[in-house]
Amino acid sequence: MDALVTYALRLGDDSLVLGQRLSEWCGHAPALEIDLSLANVALDQIGQATHFLALAGALESKGRDADQLAFRRDVMDFTNCLLVEQPNGDFAQTIARQFLFAQYQTLLFAEMARVKDERFAAIAAKALKEVSYHATLASDWVVRLGDGTEESKARMIAGLDWMWRFADELFLMDDVDVAAINAGAGVDKAALTAAWDSRVDAVLVEARLERPPARRAIVGGRSGRHSEHLGHMLSEMQFLQRAYPDAEW
Amino acid sequence: MSDPNKEWPLWEVFVRGKGGLSHRHVGSVHAADAKMALEHARDTYTRRMEGVSIWVLPSAQITASDPADADALFAPAEDKVYRHPTFYKIPDGVTHI
Repeated sequence: MDALVTYALRLGDDSLVLGQRLSEWCGHAPALEIDLSLANVALDQIGQATHFLALAGALESKGRDADQLAFRRDVMDFTNCLLVEQPNGDFAQTIARQFLFAQYQTLLFAEMARVKDERFAAIAAKALKEVSYHATLASDWVVRLGDGTEESKARMIAGLDWMWRFADELFLMDDVDVAAINAGAGVDKAALTAAWDSRVDAVLVEARLERPPARRAIVGGRSGRHSEHLGHMLSEMQFLQRAYPDAEW
Repeated sequence: MSDPNKEWPLWEVFVRGKGGLSHRHVGSVHAADAKMALEHARDTYTRRMEGVSIWVLPSAQITASDPADADALFAPAEDKVYRHPTFYKIPDGVTHI
């Protein structure tokens, strides 16, 4: 597959899977206002996914649109990072995932908004405004929970502990990334780690939390090796289009 | 949620629709502090491009008039028509009035 197609797919899959995960909170959040906050973030992510998957479909030129890519691919064809498919857990675990990923997306899209390929740059510029807010929202919650009660602190630590193993994968570079950079569309993700570390650490200090100890990173999402969680999520997300192909409403 | 003492305090939300307009009361949100109240107000009341600026203030800080006093407070103004600027001749050239 053409490297740019894969590159756009990865970006779209990251946003799609996270958006679907977050929308699982709809109607279940701890407060009505948080329900809306999480749903807004979910909708932003699904909007980004729509743009990136549509671009992937157009670059591929096999007649697949964003919906077909979202609803007709099987789990091993998904190229999202493992972080975004992790289960919601409790609210703190969801916030931990959102915090780590939003900090990454903010740095990624800030760079991508300046690439030569206008298609990628345009989506990134629009998404940057959205994910900047996600980063603020999630960071504020990390501080509130981390520097809150004994229970909220324990839950925040447990949430970060769960998600931390999947952070390294965000910055891994492979042939697809290099080809995308050479084509004027990609970002050197490895170069973002220093800024990510310092932003994450600043919030953890404010939250009076220790940085979780480094552990063996778990990777594989980019090549379709996913956790068991993604298949379950997709079976729900894709049910309607699988049962009633091309159904519209 | 059942224990009212465990609910976050209530905040009143005011949104400025666009530059030049004044902030208008749009509703309220629950939040633990002012920053959270702003975020909740943004997520609850500006999802459809309703605003360019948000104010929040603790509902407890509002002092309201008592509806029982409405007659004493507002009825005396009813027959003071001379307080309306309706007794002026408007020059022909003035359009925006």
